Amino acid sequence: MIHSVESCGTVDGPGIRFIVFTQGCPLRCQYCHNVDTWEFGCGRRVSADEVVKEAISYRSFFEATGGGITFSGGEPLAQPEFLEAALTEAKRHGLHTVIDTAGSVVPKNIDAILDATDLVLLDIKHIDDAACRVLTGRSNANTLAFAKRLAERNIPVWIRHVLVPGITMSEHFLRQTGEFIRTLGNVERVEVLPYHQLGVYKWENLGLAYPLTDVLPPSSEETDTAQTLLESYLC
Amino acid sequence: MLLEKTSAWASFTSGEWVKTIDVADFIRLNRTEYKGDDHFLVGPTQATERLWQQILQLTNEERQRGGVYAVDAKTPSTILSHDAGYLNRSLEKIVGLQTDEPFKRSIHPNGGIRMVNDALAAYGFEADETVTKTFSEYRKTHNQGVFDAYTPEMRAARKAGIITGLPDAYGRGRIIGDYRRVALYGTARLIEERKKDLKARGGFLSESMIRDREEMNEQLRALTELTELGARYGFDLSRPAETAQEAFQWVYLAYLAAIKEQNGAAMSLGRVSTFLDIYVERDLAAGRLTEETAQELVDHFVMKLRIVKFLRTPDYNDLFSGDPTWVTESIGGMSEDGRSNVTKSSFRFLHTLSTLGPAPEPNLTVLWSTQLPRGFKEFCAKMSIVSSSIQYENDDLMLPVYGDDYGIACCVSAMKIGKQMQFFGARANLAKALLYTINGGMDEKLKIQVAPASPLMLDEVLDYETVMAAYDRQLDWLAELYVNTLNVIHYMHDKYSYERIEMALHDPEILRTMACGIAGLSVVADSLSAIRYATVRPIRDADGIAVDFKIEGEFPKFGNNDERVDQMAVDLVTLFMEKIRKHPTYRNALPTQSVLTITSNVVYGKKTGNTPDGRRAGEPFAPGANPMHGRDTRGAVAALTSVGKLPYEHALDGISYTFSIVPKALGKDEATRIRNTVGLLDGYMGGTTSKGHHLNVNVFDRETLLDAMEHPEQYPQLTIRVSGYAVNFIKLTREQQIDVINRTFHGSL
Repeated sequence: MIHSVESCGTVDGPGIRFIVFTQGCPLRCQYCHNVDTWEFGCGRRVSADEVVKEAISYRSFFEATGGGITFSGGEPLAQPEFLEAALTEAKRHGLHTVIDTAGSVVPKNIDAILDATDLVLLDIKHIDDAACRVLTGRSNANTLAFAKRLAERNIPVWIRHVLVPGITMSEHFLRQTGEFIRTLGNVERVEVLPYHQLGVYKWENLGLAYPLTDVLPPSSEETDTAQTLLESYLC
Repeated sequence: MLLEKTSAWASFTSGEWVKTIDVADFIRLNRTEYKGDDHFLVGPTQATERLWQQILQLTNEERQRGGVYAVDAKTPSTILSHDAGYLNRSLEKIVGLQTDEPFKRSIHPNGGIRMVNDALAAYGFEADETVTKTFSEYRKTHNQGVFDAYTPEMRAARKAGIITGLPDAYGRGRIIGDYRRVALYGTARLIEERKKDLKARGGFLSESMIRDREEMNEQLRALTELTELGARYGFDLSRPAETAQEAFQWVYLAYLAAIKEQNGAAMSLGRVSTFLDIYVERDLAAGRLTEETAQELVDHFVMKLRIVKFLRTPDYNDLFSGDPTWVTESIGGMSEDGRSNVTKSSFRFLHTLSTLGPAPEPNLTVLWSTQLPRGFKEFCAKMSIVSSSIQYENDDLMLPVYGDDYGIACCVSAMKIGKQMQFFGARANLAKALLYTINGGMDEKLKIQVAPASPLMLDEVLDYETVMAAYDRQLDWLAELYVNTLNVIHYMHDKYSYERIEMALHDPEILRTMACGIAGLSVVADSLSAIRYATVRPIRDADGIAVDFKIEGEFPKFGNNDERVDQMAVDLVTLFMEKIRKHPTYRNALPTQSVLTITSNVVYGKKTGNTPDGRRAGEPFAPGANPMHGRDTRGAVAALTSVGKLPYEHALDGISYTFSIVPKALGKDEATRIRNTVGLLDGYMGGTTSKGHHLNVNVFDRETLLDAMEHPEQYPQLTIRVSGYAVNFIKLTREQQIDVINRTFHGSL
């Protein structure tokens, strides 16, 4: 089940990318800007072949920019059979493949999935387990274990981290996140994403109360500082 | 072999071009390809800055005076009608104005005297009695000729707007004189060659031979007048240009002669930058120029092109907004010798968007090939991102058809320079034709019978097969009427408003195309898709005319890379072209068509009732080949892929796509945005299954435009690409501004 697609993604992996947003996510992040992708069981049913066929029609754009296909969500790892089939098919056609995940669920066929994955965008929501439970509703144990598995398999990773004033934006937590990144060895890039409120209207549309109404986005200086700090942990 | 005979050709490599008039050969043999980046460019000189300030002031005053600064209403414009005019003689490196004063417009009554007098009245000027009497009683105009030959059916079709934008009351334009010939050869040689051509046309004089002889003598007269125009400014155009400054000046004066003689809808320049670069390189090597003075020549030349002015009616501006002149200059592209035509002057011309700031004219058109040097591609992308003033056309598609010395007339119409011209044919409204199909040939707005009466389609639910069969017949009627109408127009234009100097700068034997066009492509494709995939029920008025449609269910929409509807659009383009081809054309012109509306998509929309795709009556069509606003929901690349499927071989006059994207959607930083812009162009034009022909690239946020609507004074140079050309945003009508703002902005959150 997918939520939607975007044929001109430029921020979820290298180059111009065809982004497939899967429907359904086990996390309930307080700052989520795509709450309409939470619910499982709704969305549009598509086959893996269909998705890859569309991606192939954009091959000239990928080749010109080093792009490819990205599975985002929702949580793509929550639909492991579809993901494995789509990634495998995409690789069979020589497309560059990315999954954009929080690593909160690790399915049984994870190795087969990773066999067909060129790059993982791993979103570490919060480095502190207790704080992570508050922020997302779940422990970060799966995420950190998944990060280690990716390191063992030496699959390239871009770490993403949403900077939320009062929640993740503290030097203490950032350093702790950095220390963790340093242990991995397969991280090519870190991306600090400033928290924003552009998705709040979606909460309202769904009749949900937005928990972070009072939290303002970080300044660009604060974002730059955090970015520099985390980058300093890259070997 | 180097030529030392005349100083004008000293150090040039000789070839065919010495023996015959062959500018393309000269360029191939003498240009210096440049593969580097933009680091060599320099800023404007003080003289440039002062002149540009003067122009900005005049522009501001022109706006305060209601759009026209001054008019000479007494003197019909000809090559020699006015004395020399200057901005500031001591600062200008390139001189020449349309009249004796900057921003003073002139009149061109050969197209039609009523149009001239209406325009004068609209801007508060008095019509001249003598001119009016002359062009009513003694000298017939193009407009009068056309209306003498129009049939009642043509008049009705024109009134209802199923065929519209026709050049029947104004100059047809879209003819590119090879202005470079004057610089390379001088007028004396051109006159000598044309005299030989004339002499060869003797013996039995058929009607076409008689016409040729008359036209050639007109051309010879025009060349003599051009020489005299040069003399008024102190130049001897009879000989070839000897320096870069002279080459720019000669080319400009030849172009100036054309715009003094014709108020054509589009007065395009051709492809001069690589040609002129040869002279610049020679002067740089000889120490006669520095990078500063080379850029200055380009800046002063471009400044002149920016202030080309014609007197036109407000009606005309409703169609083609923002006072456009389509001084289109084609830059880059590949050569038949395998190298590119990119030179340092290709950069210098685009660099005027920085030295003088953005502007809609000249209409800077990059002939894009995936093979262009990387440095040039990136520079184009960089300039597009900051100025939204460049359009791109697919050289990989056009070179095999037109060779390596074609230029773009107006927006998207390619033609071999000096070897080909077109009969501009505006466009037929395919969306209205669909409504006629359902309504038995009755116009849904005027309630008059325009097409031959056929039974009303009274089905409760529209059936796809039935509609398509009837639509096919409706298009048969439309294509025949349309080509006939164009034949009338161009017969009369040749007769009463012949382009003497432009045709003097062509070969004696040329290819003519009959450039038809279509409007409303995405409206019709979506309508047919709705009829096929959803349930469409017509809602009829008392006369049985379908005035609205009730749509139940979902249907695929053009612009989402969905084969089901994209194929319908492809088929429509092919179908109408095949119908056009069936009809004989004036002067045996080769029929072509474009998918281009310019800004007239707003007017076409206004004249067309509710359509079966859910579009409301009066709502603008999407411009050109664009998907309908807001219906392309799968992102930019999907939309580009859909448009790229339209078959260029059935739309050789061009397929226009105007594309707007917000800066952030191109990537996080400048380097990424540049790379992705290059990638979008390469991907769109160099796809395996989908090859786009044309792309306008706009990069800005909707908020910028909203702010410019409220505070126009703060955005004097805000330029946006609309449909094959660029406009100064604040010169658009409010309706057109809203239309632009409502278009899809890819990446809007």
